[in-house]
This record gives sequence, C-alpha cells and structure tokens, in this order.
Amino acid sequence: MSRSLKKGPYIDYKLEQKVLAMNDSQKKTVIKTWSRRSMISPEFVNHTFAVHNGNKFIPVYVTENMVGHKLGEFAPTRNFRGHSGSKDKGKK
Amino acid sequence: MARISGIDLPKNKRGEIGLTYIYGIGRSSAQQILTEAGVSFDKKVQEWNDDELTKIRVIINENYKVEGALRSETQLNIKRLMDIGCYRGVRHRLGLPVRGQRTKNNCRTRKGKRKTVANKKKVTK
Repeated sequence: MSRSLKKGPYIDYKLEQKVLAMNDSQKKTVIKTWSRRSMISPEFVNHTFAVHNGNKFIPVYVTENMVGHKLGEFAPTRNFRGHSGSKDKGKK
Repeated sequence: MARISGIDLPKNKRGEIGLTYIYGIGRSSAQQILTEAGVSFDKKVQEWNDDELTKIRVIINENYKVEGALRSETQLNIKRLMDIGCYRGVRHRLGLPVRGQRTKNNCRTRKGKRKTVANKKKVTK
C-alpha cells in the first residue's frame, strides 16, 4: 500500500538540509548517506549521492526521471552473479 | 459487423462481454460505456443499430485509452524503469518477478519454461 498523501513524502531531515545547503552554495559534492528510505525530491536532481547498500557506498547520479523513487532502489543490496557452471550468465 | 478501434467484436455475445474483447476495456468499463450510451447490457453485439454503434465508438474514442496507445504507454512505463536503473527496472531486465515475490520456486510466468540443470554427481563414500 502506498503512503498516505496527507503526510507528504518522507525525506530524512538531515539529508534534506544537506541538499538544500548545497543548492544554496552552488557547490557540488557527493553526499554519503545511509538513508535509503528517503524519497528523491525535485531538489535532489543533478546531485550525486553515495547510497549505502549494507556493504559499501554506491554512487547514484539523480536525474529527473528518478523523482518519486527512493534512494535505496538504486543501490542493490544483493549481487547475483549467476549459478556456478552456467557460462552465459554473470554480466555486470 | 461491429468494428471498434481496429477490433472486430464477436457478433453473438452480449454487448457487455463483447466490448471486453478490446484491449483496455474490462467488465466494469464496458458496463460504464453501455450505460452512458443507453444500451442494454443484454443486447447482442449484432443487434446494435448504427446509432448505438457510433455512440459507443465516440465514447470509447473520447474517454478511453485502448489497444495500441495503451500498449505503448505500458511499454514506455517499463522502459522508463529500466532506463533509470532502479530495482524494479532491473527485475524487468532480468525477467524476474518485480513485486517482491519469492523466486525459490514458482514464478514460471516471468521466468518461462523450466531450464533443467544437469544433476551434479553425488560423492560416493
């Protein structure tokens, strides 16, 4: 079930403040974050986030199409390389 | 012969059912269309006169997205997911279930026919 509209999108407060500060100062740095649950808001566009996947940080460059998704959707937590013995698998 | 948005409707079915042969129209929207056009649900497709037929055609044209347009829209939505590289898009690319179902067994609809892997030889003691 989707989230109630009344509440508005969920964005981690600290993360949002960081992005807004970066928009004000026109600087661009990679933001490290563990907050996979945060919704990508329009202010996030054109920034790069390093999203934690439980092991390391995955760089995610946010484009306009990604607005409305969560950051975690772009940093996969599992890495399936294919079964042993099957040769054609194992790309990526 | 009743032809609506490029599809031949079955002649001998009730209008309510006949309309569902159009991609994008199910039972409930078929019923809405027929009520709006003032046609009884029980009237067979072949019994519609030209007036009713044009009425139905106009309603579908104006209010519903059907057939090719609808198909291309869903394809575009899937393509968007694949292009941004989010989890759902990746699942579409791999041909696996998208909405978190288990994949240990079942999900044959997405995975297709079973691909049997040759048994590994058991180690004999």
